[in-house]
Parts: sequence; structure tokens; C-alpha cells
Amino acid sequence: MAPGRRLASMLDTALFYIFAALTLGGGLLTITRRNTVHSAVWLITSLLGVAGLYLLLRAEFLAGVQVILYIGGIMVLFLFVIMLVNLEQVVKEKRFSGQKWVAMACVGAMVVQGLWFAAEGAARFRLASPAPAGGEDLGNTEQISRVLFSQYLLPFELASILLLVAIIGAVVMAKKRI
Amino acid sequence: MHPITPYHYVFLSAALLVVGTIGVLTRRNIIIILMSIELILNAVNINLVAFSHQLANVNGQIFAIFVITDAAAEAAVGLGILIALFRNKETVNADEVDLLKW
Repeated sequence: MAPGRRLASMLDTALFYIFAALTLGGGLLTITRRNTVHSAVWLITSLLGVAGLYLLLRAEFLAGVQVILYIGGIMVLFLFVIMLVNLEQVVKEKRFSGQKWVAMACVGAMVVQGLWFAAEGAARFRLASPAPAGGEDLGNTEQISRVLFSQYLLPFELASILLLVAIIGAVVMAKKRI
Repeated sequence: MHPITPYHYVFLSAALLVVGTIGVLTRRNIIIILMSIELILNAVNINLVAFSHQLANVNGQIFAIFVITDAAAEAAVGLGILIALFRNKETVNADEVDLLKW
């Protein structure tokens, strides 16, 4: 392997671990912080890590969507709602409900799966063979738009109806008197 | 260092999914439950985009876009319900909303 390629591969690996740590650490802190605003900020960290992973996977358009829509849109909505409901009382209350055993069962299932994978070895699980390189070399955004506006046109339009329903639903729910 | 394979992404996504599930199951605050749902949806998206990259096929990324759309709709409606709930019951704790329980 050429030294330049090896350096790029090593950089990819290092960046993957950095972004994975950001994603998982942010997620863990999100579900454990007492203060809801802190949770929201850690969730933003986690979402930024996911956006970095999208960049590593050469999905530039999705990375932009992640930052603009998730962090700029959804998280600001969350922060507004956190400001609307009272903060002081929640900080003093009990954080966790009594469903620890169900959660422990989930962790157990995950650990068993991981151990089984480690025991069988990666060779048995042929996930997907990589596609051959080549073909049209379009930009990521252009590729997505070509498929989205031809093959997935109907789901795309249905998504707009879904968003319209969600807007009306949110307004009806949050309004005092209809 | 080893190069990154789809297995890495699958494991990261599974771990993030479990973190989100634990958040949904154990937290009392409804806002944090909604945030945990966002974590779960992100775990799914990581998987979709990783396999989209592996197969050099953008369909996975398009599914991820639809998942993000759903996440936006879910957050808007969920937070609207939360505001209505807070107005009526003065609480944001999931286990205090037990009108249907007996």
C-alpha cells in the first residue's frame, strides 16, 4: 500500500473511534444527567458525532441534514419546550423509574449477542460484500436527488403530508382553546 | 490500526440502540424519553448509511432522510402532547400519568 493511502486509512480509523466515542459518550450522558438542559446539550454532542460518522461514510448531504435539521431544528425545539416546563422542581426529583430489570435484560441481550459474535468470529457473518468501484462519479447530493425525485417520488410526497399532519397535530395539542 | 469494517458500524449502532432503550425504559422525565427515542432513530440511521456506503448504493441514505423526517414529526407532536400534559397535570414525569392504570 502506498504510504499516502495507509496514512488516509489510519486517519479514517482514528476518526471513526473519535466520533464513535463522541456518539456513545454523549448518548450515555444524555440518559444519565439530572438537569434536562444538560441532557439536551449532551444529545447535541452525540448528534454531532453521528454527523461526523456520516462524513466518514461519504454521505455529505446527510451530514448537512443532520446538523441543520437535527441540531438546528429538533434540538432547538427541545430546548424551547424545556424552558416552557418548570426546571427547578424536576432537578430535585427522583431520576429513574422502577424499570431497571427490563433495561438490564436489554443490556444482557446485547452482551450475549456480542459474545456470540466474538465466539463465532467475523468470517461467519458475511454482511455485504463491497460493491465494485467505478460507475458514474457524481456528487453525493446529486446522486441522492436523482434517486429521491425519480424512484422515491411518491414516498417523498407522502413525507410532506406526514409533516403537514405533524404541524397541525402539534398546534392542536399545544393550543389552549381550539 | 485495523481498517474500519461494517461490523464496527453495526456494533456502534447496536450499542447506541441499547443506550436509547435504557433511556426510554428507566428515565421518568418525558423530555428525556423523547431524546432517547432520537438516539434510537440515530442508531438506525448509522446502520443504513454504513451499508449504503458499503454497497455503493444511495438507497440507504434516502431511507435515512425519511427516518429524519419521521423524527422531526415525532418530536413536534410529542412535545405538543407534553405541553398539553403539563398544562393539565403540572408534571413531566411519565409514571405520574397513570389515569388509565388501576
